[in-house]
Amino acid sequence: MLISLDHITKTYTGDAGPIVAVDDVSVSVEAGEFVAVVGPSGCGKTTLLLVAGGLLRPENGEVSIDGTDPYSLSGEQRARFRAEQIGFVFQQFHLVPYLNILDNVMAPALVTGETSARERAGILVERFGLADRLGHRPGQLSTGERQRVALARALLNEPRVILADEPTGNLDGDNSEQVLQALKTFADEGGAVLLVTHDPDAVAFAGRQVVLQGGQLASSES
Amino acid sequence: MKISRLVVQEIAHRFVNFVLAVIGVSIAVACLVASVTMIDAGEIQSQKLVAEGKTESERLVAKREKEVKDAGKQLNDEMRKITKGLGFNIVVLAEDEDIAAFHAEGTPTRTMPQEYVDRLAKSPIVVINHLLPIVTKKVEWAEEKQTIVLTGTRGEVPQAHRDPKKPLLDLVPKGKVVLGYRLHHPRKLKPGSKLTINGRELEVVKCHPERGSVDDVTAWVNLEEAQQMLDMENLVNAILALECNCATVDRIAEIRGEIAKVLPGTQILERGRKALARAEARNKAKKTAEASLKAARTSGEQMIASRQANADQMIASRKAQANVLVPLAVVGSFAWIVLLAVGNARQRRGEIGILRAIGMGSRDVLVLFLGKALLVGLAGGAIGYIVGYLVGTGYSGPIDQSLFDLNWLLTALLMAPALSAAATWLPALVAAGQDPAVVLQEQ
Ligand SMILES: Nc1ncnc2c1ncn2[C@@H]1O[C@H](COP(=O)(O)OP(=O)(O)OP(=O)(O)O)[C@@H](O)[C@H]1O
Ligand SMILES: [Mg+2]
Repeated sequence: MLISLDHITKTYTGDAGPIVAVDDVSVSVEAGEFVAVVGPSGCGKTTLLLVAGGLLRPENGEVSIDGTDPYSLSGEQRARFRAEQIGFVFQQFHLVPYLNILDNVMAPALVTGETSARERAGILVERFGLADRLGHRPGQLSTGERQRVALARALLNEPRVILADEPTGNLDGDNSEQVLQALKTFADEGGAVLLVTHDPDAVAFAGRQVVLQGGQLASSES
Repeated sequence: MKISRLVVQEIAHRFVNFVLAVIGVSIAVACLVASVTMIDAGEIQSQKLVAEGKTESERLVAKREKEVKDAGKQLNDEMRKITKGLGFNIVVLAEDEDIAAFHAEGTPTRTMPQEYVDRLAKSPIVVINHLLPIVTKKVEWAEEKQTIVLTGTRGEVPQAHRDPKKPLLDLVPKGKVVLGYRLHHPRKLKPGSKLTINGRELEVVKCHPERGSVDDVTAWVNLEEAQQMLDMENLVNAILALECNCATVDRIAEIRGEIAKVLPGTQILERGRKALARAEARNKAKKTAEASLKAARTSGEQMIASRQANADQMIASRKAQANVLVPLAVVGSFAWIVLLAVGNARQRRGEIGILRAIGMGSRDVLVLFLGKALLVGLAGGAIGYIVGYLVGTGYSGPIDQSLFDLNWLLTALLMAPALSAAATWLPALVAAGQDPAVVLQEQ
């Protein structure tokens, strides 16, 4: 099991009282699996994803990524663990505005310091059709191109797991399909993908979907 | 890729932010460097000014010293002239000399043994010198039918305990005569002329200029010859002497006492008070010269002291100014950097959030911010040093000496990054401590 979320509960303590964003949810994703998380806005999808990514500590439940509980690690160790094991893709891309495309793709190598990063980055930008844009900054790219850069960045360190939060939310059909296809390929090659989405087309790419409702697991179907 | 590349890329991307921060640091460093440069310049200027003052004052003092020396020499010359002109101011007369008759006659009439003068010369007496035994008598110059004073002198008797001095009156050799003005002038006699005084043939060796005294009718001959001519062998009428210290004429009593110890019974007269008064005037002139030397010394010292004080005051005011300006500039610059760093950190929330999410540690985030701060500091330190140096030297006026100080350059290049890093520290800590989950959820 690459991703294992076991009875996760996450409550936000806001000014207007506590909000139970995720309530006793268990989800697991095996190697080679592509799982979509769907549900209405505010049902806790993003929260669950951040918990899985070692970015948001739940007050209850167990998280395991490829057998390791990221919350058992120190802050710095957990950061490195994320760099090595998890690729993130977001709706807003979150590229570093002042780095060119190649440097953005190589950003995860900042942590691992791998010398082979450049070679892999070259292969990835080639694969995503960005080879002629290496020197450009994110601001000079279309949204679809930007998401492909983010995807290449997520794949750079060859993680076992990809967590994607509405990666196609800002994209048109063609670009969406390109991204989803890439995620599917990643899963097919033995990775685990947890995809949060509203997009029915995206759900079609997934092998299985998990439905959240009001922070709780409504159903899990293939 | 290295974090340093991120730092450089970010600076290039947000160059205005970087330039503003560098300007902030530069101003603080420039204030510091300009202040110390002006203080250094002030110190050099004041040293120069004081040194010039010293030279000036030394020149003046040397001039005054020369004046004192000249005055002293003039006094000596004057004394020599006076004593030469007027003869001797101390007259030792025989015990039985009637002083009233002596004054009336103008010449002594009694005698004492010539041996007296040797006694005086051998005594350790110090209040008089230039001992001169004479015989002198008013006589009728038979050949010329003129009353003259015939004076025999054997030249000065050296005093045993003194170094030989230049004699005031030269020995008149035997067969020769020295003539006063009224004796040689009417007869047009010159050195080398021959004449006869009461049957004795003599050759003129010297003709005195007019002195306006009895000297003008005096003929000086050798002592022995005079004793023969006057029938006073081994006798003298008077011993002339010169009081040693002309300035203290009151010592006559002391001189009397001293001489009485050696030659009891002899009578001592003092002559030539007027001459001594002139000498005293010379002495006063010398004293005045000495006083003005002293004044020159004091005024020189005062000038140096006042220059030093002015310089000290200027430096103190520059220091006081620096004491206000530099801390103000440093605090202002610090606040400015904090402000810019806070703005920068806010602007970079998203970037930091994603970098943290994809594995960058919070320590790396700190490095990201502090690395930039160090570059800001280095650039600000270098620019600030150059600007401060130019401003400092520009305002200090011309100085023929370099004010470049490697220590201050190094201080600037160390202090500025330290200041910049310290000011960035807190915003950087906040940025590094940001929860990436919160940042990512905000979008
Ligand atoms: N930091 C927070 N503090 C307080 N409440 C929060 C916080 N983040 C999210 N929530 C609340 O938690 C609940 C779940 O939020 P979450 O972002 O996980 O929903 P979501 O399913 O991703 O919604 P969407 O589809 O609109 O992105 C929501 O009600 C939201 O208002
Ligand atoms: Mg969401």
